[in-house]
Amino acid sequence: MLNWIAQIISVTRFNLLSLPQRLGSSTAAVFGIAGVVAVMVAVLSIAQGIMKTMDNSVDEDRVIVLRSGANTEMMSGLSGEDTDLVAEAPGLVRDEDGVLASPELFVVINLPMRGTGTDANVPMRGVQPQAFKIRDDFQIVQGRMFEPGLNEVIVGSGALREFEGLEVGSTIEVAREYWPVVGVFESGGSLAETEIWVDAAVLQQAYRRGNSFQAVYARLTSSDAFQQFKDALTADPRLNVKPMRESEYYSSQSSTVTGLINGLGTLIAVIMGLGAIFGALNTMYTAVASRSREIATLRALGFRSSPVVISVLAESLLLAFVGGAIGAGLAWLFFDGYRAATLNWESFSQIAFSFAVTPQLLMLGIFFAMFIGLLGGLLPAIRAARQPVATALREL
Amino acid sequence: MADEQVAGAQSDAPDILVRVKAVDKVFKRGSEEVHVLGGLDLEIPRGEFLALMGPSGSGKSTLLNLIGGLDRPTEGQVEVGGQRIDKLSNRKLASWRARHVGLVFQFYNLMPVLTAQKNVELPLLLTPLSRSERKTHAVNALDIVGLANRNKHYPRQLSGGEQQRVGIARAIATDPTLLLCDEPTGDLDRKAGDEILDLLQALNREQGKTIIMVTHDIHAAARATRTLYLNKGQLTSEPIE
Ligand SMILES: Nc1ncnc2c1ncn2[C@@H]1O[C@H](COP(=O)(O)OP(=O)(O)OP(=O)(O)O)[C@@H](O)[C@H]1O
Ligand SMILES: [Mg+2]
Repeated sequence: MLNWIAQIISVTRFNLLSLPQRLGSSTAAVFGIAGVVAVMVAVLSIAQGIMKTMDNSVDEDRVIVLRSGANTEMMSGLSGEDTDLVAEAPGLVRDEDGVLASPELFVVINLPMRGTGTDANVPMRGVQPQAFKIRDDFQIVQGRMFEPGLNEVIVGSGALREFEGLEVGSTIEVAREYWPVVGVFESGGSLAETEIWVDAAVLQQAYRRGNSFQAVYARLTSSDAFQQFKDALTADPRLNVKPMRESEYYSSQSSTVTGLINGLGTLIAVIMGLGAIFGALNTMYTAVASRSREIATLRALGFRSSPVVISVLAESLLLAFVGGAIGAGLAWLFFDGYRAATLNWESFSQIAFSFAVTPQLLMLGIFFAMFIGLLGGLLPAIRAARQPVATALREL
Repeated sequence: MADEQVAGAQSDAPDILVRVKAVDKVFKRGSEEVHVLGGLDLEIPRGEFLALMGPSGSGKSTLLNLIGGLDRPTEGQVEVGGQRIDKLSNRKLASWRARHVGLVFQFYNLMPVLTAQKNVELPLLLTPLSRSERKTHAVNALDIVGLANRNKHYPRQLSGGEQQRVGIARAIATDPTLLLCDEPTGDLDRKAGDEILDLLQALNREQGKTIIMVTHDIHAAARATRTLYLNKGQLTSEPIE
C-alpha cells in the first residue's frame, strides 16, 4: 500500500516535471478551460446580481396588497376605500401618525437610457409619508425631499445611474407637465432605487386617477402576524384583494429573468464545456502520447497501471484547476460589481443591478473546470494503462 | 547472493533457470493471424550468457518478452526460477518483473527529466528499500558501470554509450535473477558497443548474472557463452541460410 502510494507520487512527480516540455498544448488547454469558466461564472453572476437586488428589497415584515388576480402593481387597482380597509386590518404596526400602511400609485414613464439614448420604461411611484417609514433604510443622499402638493420628484440612485436627465436641478416631462428633480434617494440597494418617487396626490391628478391606487405596502408587527392579516383581508366581503409577503412578490417578479439567465448560463456552460472537454482530451492524449515511451518503460519495469492512470489524471486535474482558477478570477476581476440594468419581465420596467460573482460561483467555476479535467484526462489515462506492455513497448 | 548461485551451479547438475516448453505465440492483426513462435523449447542454465540471433521479424523480441513476463504465450509454458509465469495475473506479473528481471533496451528508455541516479533508483521504488538504501544501491550500480561521477547528470548530458550504461545500472540495481537485453548495442558505434559488451561479460563472469541478449551483430554474439538462432518459429544452434 505504502509502496503503491510511493509509486503514484513518483510517477506523478516526473509527469509534472516533464510538463515544461508540453508547455504549448498544456497552456492551450488551461486557457480553453479558463475561457469556459470565465464565461459561465460571468453569466451566472448576472442572475446572482438580480437575486441579490431582489433580496435587498425583501423584508419579511413587509407585505404588499394587490387586487386579487393581479400579479404586478401595473395590473392592480385599488380604490381609496379599499386602501382604508386594508389599513384597518389586524397585524399592522401603528405609530403616532397612524398605521404603517402606504397606498401607492405606480405608473411607467419613458426616459432615454444612458449610453444608448434609447427610450426605456422607468417606474414612477406616487407615495404618501408612510412609504418612507415602511422602507426603513430609505434616505435622501442628495438634494431634498419633494414638497407634498407640488410637481416635484426624487429619483432613486439606480435610476439616476441608468437614465439621462435625472440629475438634481433638471426637469422631466410627464403627462404633459414639467417635474423638477429635487433629490436623489437610496433604499438599501433595493428595487426602489430604480424608481422615481412623487407625491401620490399629485400623480393621481396628473394621470386623472381620482382617488385610486394600485398597491398597499404595509409593515407587520412581526413576520408571524402575516396569517392573521391575510385571513382578515380575504374574509372581508367588501374587499377583493391579494395580500402577499414581499419576498413572495419579488421572487415571482424575478423568477422569469433569473430562470432565463440561469438556464442560458447553464446552456452556454454545457456547450462551451463540451468544447473544453475535447480540448482537454486532446491535450491529455498528446501528453500521454509524448510520454508513451516513459509510460511503457515504467510498466515494463514493474510499475502498476493505477499509478500511471492516477498520474495522468492528476496532471489533467492540475491543468484544469489552474484554468478554472484563472477563469473564475478573470470573471471576478472584470464582472463583479459591474453595473447593468435589465427589463423586469413582469412590469416591463428596468431593474438596475450589479453582477455578483459570489464565492459560491467561484467554487462552482473551479468545480466545473475540474469536472472538465477529469473527463478529459480519464480516457487517455485508461488507454495508457490498458495497453498491453509488450504492445506499448513496440509502439515507441 | 550471486556467489551462492555460482556455487549452486557448480555442485548440481545443470541448474536450469529458464524453461520454455512447447511455446506457440500467435498475434492477431485484424482477421489475420501471425504465427511467430511454434512449439518452441528452450532451457537456459543459471549463469549463462545467451545470445539470440535471427532475421528481423523472426520473433527474438517476442521470445524475450515471454521470458521476461512482458507478454504471455498463446500455448505452452514459461517457467523462470521454478515458477510458472505464464499463469500470473497482470498485477502479479508486474511485481514479479520488478523483483526478478532487469531490462536493457536498445534506445535506453531513460526518463529525460530524471538524473542518472534517479533513473537508477526508479525500479528500487518497487522494493521495500528505504530512501537512503535506494540511494546506496543506485550509487553502487552506477559505480559498477563506471559512471559514479556522473550521477547528477541528465540523460541529455550523456553520450549514447553512457546512457546505455545508466540503463544497465538501472537493470542491475535491484539485483535481478535475469538480465534481458534487446539489442543493447544496436544504437551504438563499435567502440561504445564494445564497452557495453565488456560490461555485460563482466557482470556474467564476475557476478554470475544470467543474461539473454538479442543481437544482430556476430561480434556481440561472440561475447556470449552460447548463441542460438531463431528461424521460422524455432531455435537452432546453427544459422540457417
Ligand atoms: N504485439 C504485436 N501485435 C502484432 N504483431 C506482432 C506483435 N508483436 C510482434 N508482432 C509480429 O511478430 C513478428 C516478430 O516480431 P519481433 O519483434 O519479435 O521480431 P524481432 O525478431 O525482434 O525483429 P527485429 O530484429 O526487427 O527486432 C513480427 O512479424 C511482428 O510484426
Ligand atoms: Mg526485436
